[in-house]
This record gives sequence, C-alpha cells and structure tokens, in this order.
Amino acid sequence: MSAQATSSMPRSSMPDITYNFAYLDEQTKRMIRRAILKAIAVPGYQVPFAAREMPMPYGWGTGGVQVTAAVLGPKDVLKVIDQGADDTTNAVAIRGFFEKTARVATTTATADATVIQTRHRIPETALNENQILVYQVPIPEPLRFLEPRETETRQLHALAEYGLMHVKLYEDIARHGHIATTYAYPVEVAGRYVMDPSPIPKFDNPKMDDCPALQLFGAGREKRIYAIPPHTRVHSLDFEDHPFKVQHFAKPCALCAATGVYLDEVILDDKGGRMFVCSDTDYCNTRQAQGHVGELGVPAEDAA
Amino acid sequence: MYVAAKGGEKAIRNAHALLGKRRRGDAGLPSITLDQIAQQLTLAVDRVMAEGSLYDVELASLAVKQARGDLIEAIFLIRAFRTTLPRFGNSRPLDTGDMLVRRRVSATYKDLPGGQLLGPTFDYTHRLLDTALGGEGGEYPVETGSDAPLAMPRVTDLLGQEGLIEAAPQDDGSEPFDITRAPVSFPVDRATRLQTLARGDEGYLLALGYSTQRGYARSHPFVGEIRFGDVEVVLDVPELGFEVSLGTVQVTECQMVNQFKGSAEVPPQFTRGYGLVFGQCERKAMSMALVERALRWQELGEEPGSPAQDEEFVLSHCDNVQATGFVEHLKLPHYVDFQAELDLVRRMRAESPAQMKEAAE
Repeated sequence: MSAQATSSMPRSSMPDITYNFAYLDEQTKRMIRRAILKAIAVPGYQVPFAAREMPMPYGWGTGGVQVTAAVLGPKDVLKVIDQGADDTTNAVAIRGFFEKTARVATTTATADATVIQTRHRIPETALNENQILVYQVPIPEPLRFLEPRETETRQLHALAEYGLMHVKLYEDIARHGHIATTYAYPVEVAGRYVMDPSPIPKFDNPKMDDCPALQLFGAGREKRIYAIPPHTRVHSLDFEDHPFKVQHFAKPCALCAATGVYLDEVILDDKGGRMFVCSDTDYCNTRQAQGHVGELGVPAEDAA
Repeated sequence: MYVAAKGGEKAIRNAHALLGKRRRGDAGLPSITLDQIAQQLTLAVDRVMAEGSLYDVELASLAVKQARGDLIEAIFLIRAFRTTLPRFGNSRPLDTGDMLVRRRVSATYKDLPGGQLLGPTFDYTHRLLDTALGGEGGEYPVETGSDAPLAMPRVTDLLGQEGLIEAAPQDDGSEPFDITRAPVSFPVDRATRLQTLARGDEGYLLALGYSTQRGYARSHPFVGEIRFGDVEVVLDVPELGFEVSLGTVQVTECQMVNQFKGSAEVPPQFTRGYGLVFGQCERKAMSMALVERALRWQELGEEPGSPAQDEEFVLSHCDNVQATGFVEHLKLPHYVDFQAELDLVRRMRAESPAQMKEAAE
C-alpha cells in the first residue's frame, strides 16, 4: 500500500491526547520543585521524591528529565549531552522531547544554554551563575555497592558513618597501589554528605567544586533528587598520603589539539590504529572553528 | 583524516520509520483493529491493564498493537500515559463479595454456597494445537447456558464465621499510601505491599511464589478461593451527598489460606495471603497471594531467610517497567566510563609487567 493510500484512510475515532507544558502536570512539577528546594537546602542529601513514569524508559534519564521539566521555563535555552556529545542518540531523543512538549529553544553551545541536561560528563567550558546543570543519575546511593539495603544506607548517612567507603578506598590502595575508582568517584559535599556524582569520569570531579552554576541530580527509578548549590565545597574523597588525582592523557585531541580535556578513544582500523578526540563535541567544534588543528584534523576552511 | 560519525537525529528518524513499517507487517493484509485485539487477545489486554495500573480496554488494546505484541512495552506505554492523568478522587473500597462472578473455584471445599463455577478457563483443556483455529473458521459454537454472572459469598467469609481464619484487616478509614504519588520507604505497610505486588511483573511473582512452594518460606497454601468477575466502582461525591457508580471493572481475586501454628497471643488458625489483579489474571493473582503471605513472616513470628520473604528485595525489583528500563539502558553509550576503565587497566598492566607475565604463563 502506498503512503498516499494510507493517509487517505479514515482517522482513528479516538480523541487526540494533549499534554501540559514540559509533559508533567503543574502539581507534579510543584512537588519536584519542593524536593529540589529541599535538596539545595541540604547539599548532597538524597531527597526522596514521588518520581513519575515518563515516556522514556527508566535508566534512560527519567530523573534528569523530570528535574529539567520542573525547572524549565518558556524562555530557557536547553542543551542536552550524553557522553559529552550533543548528537548521541539519547541526547537527541531527550532534546527532541523538550522541543516537542515545551517548545523551548535548544542549543549545542554550552555558553548559550541556561539549562544543560547531561549524562556522564560535565562540559569543558566553565559554567556560569546563570546556568543549571542537570545530571541523570542511575544509582544515587554512593554506598550502594558496599551495602545493598536502603534501610541501612540511610542510617549510615544520618550518622555520617562513612567508614565503609574509606575502607573500600584503602583496600584499593593496598591491592593496586592507588584508588581504582575511575568514574562515579565519591565526593563529600559541604563537609557533610558523601555523594555519588553520577557516572562522570573522575576527571570531571574538580569542576563540581565551587562551581558558580546550580547542579541538580535526578534519579527517576530510585526516586531521589539531590543538589550542589552554587559555590559549594565539593571534595573528592582521598587520603593525605594518596591525594585525589585525575586521569591524564598523553596526547592532545587529534582534531582540535586541546590539552587538559577528557578524550574518547576511537578505533580507526583493525590493526591497532586509534586516535583520541575530545569527548565534549561542542568544545572540540568551537576550537576547530577557531582554527586549532590536531594531527588528524583538517583546517576549518578546508572542511567547510 | 578522520570525520566523527554524525547524524544521530536522522538515524533515529529512520529507525522509527522502519519500526512503523515492521509493525504494520505485510501491507496486503488488513490492519488489526483494536476491537479484534480487545475481543480476541483479551488476556494480553488484561495483563497490560493490570501491570499498567490503568483500567481502559481500548487504550490497552492500542498499546498492545503499538507495541507489536510486546506486553512489557505495552505496559510501559500505558504507565507513561497514566502518569499524566489528573487525580479527581478515590473510589470507595471495592466489594468483591458483591462481585458478579464469571468464574469461581475453591480448592478447600468440594461444594459451597454458590457452587463451583468453572467459567472461561484453560484448566482441564488438553494442550493440543488446534489447527482449526489456524484457518478462517474454527469458531466454536457455544453451548450457551446462562452467561449471566452470579453473586456469591466469599469462602474466607464462611471460614471466618468459625474464627478459624484470621480476620481481614479492618478499614480504619485512613487514606492509604499511594505508591504512584509518594516515594516508598522501607519497611512498608500492607497497602504499599499490596499495591506494589498488584502492579508487579507476573513472571517475577510467579517465580517467587513458586520458590515458596519448593521450601523457600513454605507456607502450606490452599486456594481458599479464586474468583473472577465484575465489580462496581463507586465514588463518594461530597458535593452531592450521595455515592455515584462509575461502572464496573473486571478483577481476579485470590484468597490463599495458609497454616499458622499460633503464638503466645494468637491461637492456631489459618492465615491469609491476598491477591487482586485487574482482568482475568489467575496466575498473577495466585502468585501475588503466595508472595504476600511470605512477606508477612515478621508479623506472624516466622523464621526469615528466604528470597520471597525479603521485603526490600522483593518489592524493589518487581516492577517490570523499572527493571526493563535499567537493564536495557546498558545499550546506551558508556564510552566515557569505559575509557576511564581502559586507562586504569592499561596503567595497572604497565605498573606490574612481571606480574602480568606470570599470570599469562
């Protein structure tokens, strides 16, 4: 049957379904905003909230989407990244969701965005006080893999009893000579709560400290929201004789020659050929447009 | 020269277009109608309504069609729609004793008031493929006796008259916890437990219920009664000053009767495990009743230690929409974290070449 024939068939008798601005109803958004305010008031504390079912699967950013929906206004400019990139499939899907349900402007430029929803990265461009960074969180509990029971971990947080975590880090050092956690590296927020920064590489941890932007964390399936207010002390857990260190890359980005940024490894062939490129696509594109060229890149004017 | 792969947006559009085409299948065949799904795939529709927690046959049929018959996907569609609906009131508790019964069986009594009513059941069928159904025909002429539903008393009420079974918990009139409107924290109350199980995955509850029969938290269950039929839903409207009937829903209720030795305070008596599910979902209602009973170990002073008794474990993992989302999210890109792990493994291997050599030999 041709497409034409299909479109001439009678429409379904079912009424159209319409949705509120940014999908969620206003009562739900108010409930989420209350949880966000509480989270901001108690930095690093996981606030239980009545997460709703969203039209994307649990584990695919429903917590982040609900937080974004609750803070988004019609004049906001939204950026969505996954693994640092604006064009990864899930980032595209979430951006499309808000374009459709909230009709907000979207951007890929970090500097132009007022709300940035992210999965697994913090942008390389420094954030400012007019921005909100919304993290998608799979497992909000930093102690979860040490103690699976929520009833237990809530008590440990209440008592600020973080010995388990320190023992785990110590055992890493005893076994490997250094701490073997490379992402979702636990932090202490404002000198009180130990917090899971979501699975960002520990490379990004220092960006959370004293950040001028508001950082919100949403875990939909686990029904938790937590926050780091602007200019809050965020300390990655370590020991005096084993201070916290971030990953270091031997070579600059192969496309834009940036150093001091997080790089993705790209396999070029089946003979061991590989290159390292910026994980933050906006940062990399901007640098290339400014004329920076890496060893495998092409000058901006040639590429155009 | 290297050019990074682009075009996620276009790829997604194309994938969804292809999905639409595959859903439609051979365009030379007529498209299946929602009425056909509702009438002929009734039990699939029932399961979607039960685990989707929304009683709407037409929408559930649409979800089954849209999901290409993947019932968890259909349940997910229904849940995502349900979440947008305003809550304008709570119905009065359903009275299943007043059910217009389409099927009712008891395994504890040979005969009882109202009798055993087999109704539409696969039980006692020989599971032989019926090739007649494969053709155009295959319709069964039905020996229609009275298809009119009947009202009949519940078995547990009959047992209760003698005090042999624990009384059903009284409705104290307080607002029950609502798992769809508030975050659950453990330990949970009865309402939370039952709500969570009622929308829990059928297969998961089946496996856990089965485990209690094989000795992991054995509770010596008897099917006191399974009943399936139509129950009226009634709403109190304070502005009107009287109740308003909203219509009927079909539910399956299972009252499992279990042994109990008694304790210092309570004489020996039977205890209850309870299951209630939208539509005709007997496997689910029975499994729910077994698991519900197993979860009550603390209240009844029983020994813990089996998976089905572990409240936080059972209730935290029974939602298939949550479970499928989180399991399937592993398909999403994880290359940033994987890069961090690659770096670590390489560094650790570089740091201890001797050890590596040793391990390799």
